[in-house]
Amino acid sequence: MRTLLYLVIGILFGVTMYKSEAASWFRIYEMFQFDALHMYGIIGTALIVGVINTQIIKSFQITSLFGEKIEFIPKEKTIIRYILGGIIFGLGWGLAGACPGPMFTLLGAGFWPILVVIVGALLGTFVYGLIRERLPH
Amino acid sequence: MDLINASWPWYVSGLAIALIMLLLQLSGKRFGMSSNFRTLCTLCGADKKADFFRFDWKSQRWNLIVVLGAIIGGFLASQFMSNKAVVAIASDTIEHLHELGFKSAGQAYMPSELFGLDALSDPKIVLVLLFGGFLVGFGARYAGGCTSGHAISGLSNLQRPSLLAVIGFFIGGLVMVHLIYPIIF
Repeated sequence: MRTLLYLVIGILFGVTMYKSEAASWFRIYEMFQFDALHMYGIIGTALIVGVINTQIIKSFQITSLFGEKIEFIPKEKTIIRYILGGIIFGLGWGLAGACPGPMFTLLGAGFWPILVVIVGALLGTFVYGLIRERLPH
Repeated sequence: MDLINASWPWYVSGLAIALIMLLLQLSGKRFGMSSNFRTLCTLCGADKKADFFRFDWKSQRWNLIVVLGAIIGGFLASQFMSNKAVVAIASDTIEHLHELGFKSAGQAYMPSELFGLDALSDPKIVLVLLFGGFLVGFGARYAGGCTSGHAISGLSNLQRPSLLAVIGFFIGGLVMVHLIYPIIF
């Protein structure tokens, strides 16, 4: 039952990424050129509604569909990892024109070269895992 | 408004993303796609090489199901929910891209120069895709999240670290598109 729920959420996510064109390389390039409102509108709308939802869940201590407490784990309060990691991610986002979620959507849509990007992302994750102890966080 | 065949306006798209995050929150889960790469690394045996990959991957099984759904969703949307798979980007953007040699700008969903099947016969394009993916994977784990984990769910929870990460995302993206693209393309 839970599996089906996650599958439906995933399908909704995939359809949304495709139909919103957030999965399109062109939209990402356009966003970094500040030529259109589109991507900013998507992120902004999701954020405004997301902030309201999250605050409602927290202040009314709403429990999950399965009766569990909904937990929000605060992010570690450091600085360097977010700035450096963020910049590295942004360079890749600009170059490949896809963030992790849409990569899978594009695979389903049959843009096969995205497999090369996904392999790259797995390699990047693996290398991070190998050297993370030597990186400033 | 035709939500089946036409592309979705930004406000519908934004509301849909907020709904997806809410459904995950109500399921007791957190919206974050890039952590799946870590799980996939573990499944490929990376736990034999580094501590970072030694964790109970089964606790992340739900997220892999979301990934499977995202693949199916991409298939369904591209096969049955689009008449014209053309992204109507701004005319200034099309002009910029034409100057860089992306002739498919304004006529396709993805640039055929990078994501067409014959693009893979050019070693330079393969390197661009591989390296782009590498930076996304490395950067997302270093920063502890990607667009979904930081820009959407982290900022929705008013996390200052997520704001730092999102500022980083934009610095990186702007540097790539404005300073490095003219060198590569």
